[in-house]
Amino acid sequence: MIEIRIHGRGGQGNVAAAELLSIAAFKDGKFAQAFPSFGAERIGAPVMAFVRIDDKKVRTREDVRTPDYLIVQDAFLIETVPVLDGLKPDGLILVNSEKQPEELQLKTTASVETIPATEIALEIIGRPIPNAVMIGAFCTITGLVSLDAVQEAIMGKFPGRVGENNVAALERAHEIMQKR
Amino acid sequence: MLKQIEGSRAVAECVAMCRPNVISAYPITPQTHIVEDLAMIIGQGKLDAEFINVESEFAAGSVVLGASAAGARAYSATSSQGLLLMCEVIYCIAGMRLPIVLTCANRAISAPLSIWNDQQDSMALRDAGWIQLHAEDNQEAADLHIQAFKIAEQTSLPVMVCMDGFILTHAYEPVDIPEPKEVDHFLPPFTPKNIVDPRSPKGIGLFADPRFYLETRYILHRAMEKSEETIKAVSADFAKTFGRNSGGFIKTYKLENADLVIVSMGSVVGTIKELIDRMEEEGKKVGLVQICSYRPFPRHEIYNVLKDKMNIVVLEKSVSLGRGGILASDVRWSFPRAEKKDRNISSFIAGLGGRNIPMDDLRYMVEKVEKEPVELEFLGLKKELISEKDL
Repeated sequence: MIEIRIHGRGGQGNVAAAELLSIAAFKDGKFAQAFPSFGAERIGAPVMAFVRIDDKKVRTREDVRTPDYLIVQDAFLIETVPVLDGLKPDGLILVNSEKQPEELQLKTTASVETIPATEIALEIIGRPIPNAVMIGAFCTITGLVSLDAVQEAIMGKFPGRVGENNVAALERAHEIMQKR
Repeated sequence: MLKQIEGSRAVAECVAMCRPNVISAYPITPQTHIVEDLAMIIGQGKLDAEFINVESEFAAGSVVLGASAAGARAYSATSSQGLLLMCEVIYCIAGMRLPIVLTCANRAISAPLSIWNDQQDSMALRDAGWIQLHAEDNQEAADLHIQAFKIAEQTSLPVMVCMDGFILTHAYEPVDIPEPKEVDHFLPPFTPKNIVDPRSPKGIGLFADPRFYLETRYILHRAMEKSEETIKAVSADFAKTFGRNSGGFIKTYKLENADLVIVSMGSVVGTIKELIDRMEEEGKKVGLVQICSYRPFPRHEIYNVLKDKMNIVVLEKSVSLGRGGILASDVRWSFPRAEKKDRNISSFIAGLGGRNIPMDDLRYMVEKVEKEPVELEFLGLKKELISEKDL
């Protein structure tokens, strides 16, 4: 079973990112579970969302405490929230940041990847909602969920212009990460 | 069709397929998505029903009471403070024998304010004369709603379908959503037994002086007990029609050879099953009895499946303050007094106010009761947050 924990702030589409990853994994023929851990639903408040992906039905309901993957949508959270807690030593953390991975100086043996997701989202979507970029980068790095399935999931959840913009952001992230 | 879908959405789609005539609810976290989705389904013209907006849960309860009394198939949903505000009407609905179905998206009770999950809300209404069914996952939550209308209408008893707030209501997971025509086949149109009609004026639930009241409660109690047969029959019928087991009275997991048995209900049984499998690999035999019907309480079933088990632990997400575990009391009562002496039934309270229940804590619980019985323990209690003067 693969476990993913998403950290972000209310309004960044953390819960939507978890949902989309689970829908995409389902479309890929896997079993998936996604659920949020709200503080209270306020814009800007730290939010967590969890995803589990497996080849069999996911039964456990506990919070994800030892994730294989961390997706951090706001790099500033690393200073205020114990984001790295429980991350597997051979896991991966993807951070929304303009910095290079080593510049973040994270205390972990896990791989660190960065992408300036807010900047890309502002350019393509016109709003500072980094989730589609983060998912695009995540799928490209890990190959855990197919990009096609994510595109389908996005268009299913946000039909029309909003979906198209997010798919464009997803594709841009894919191109950027492929070049690395 | 199998879909990766939010629990609330799955419930809304299944409720819509049951073709309620009247829906009334007041938004409250974490139930809100269910009624939002139902409002949308009605708005899109996919369900011909009246959605009646109200100013409170007390009003929502009153609206569905009136609608049901007038012969409508009626549905509502609520949580926590909403259910408590509806409490007076909840009792009336049962007393009037109105077959209303209500979803309780289980959430903690104030004060202090908590929007997160436990089961104190539905537990507070356990004595009201409502059948209470608890869902393990979102497939069961969806399926139970389809069964609930049938059970309610066959027994003239209201049914509360309980699903853990956030943990289930906000979880995306695969749910097999039936076809509308399958549901139509399973659930015939509602034929009301007792209608309030101005053309033939009469009242229901009006007034019973001391010569009559006691009997009304006795009859209701017997009806609740007797609903056991209907709950089982409808669950069996559902399995035959839809090809999967959902609901019923109790379910067991790896019970046969178990040296220790956990009794619980709701979504935490998923984590428990996972733990049982892991402990089995380590050579430990732990089993599970999962309560689906909390009211009526499956006393005889529990006795039958557990009569040879000497080490039992009850895990629950509610507490009777000043008494202890509520489900634990019910389980303890399921055994004849003479048999209780050498049987250990431990009681653990967990997950209050949305506290995560990690598998490690469940493992600690199992390992502790393997050594000695535990009369009452709050699992995962942070002693560092409690000072001498608090106690």
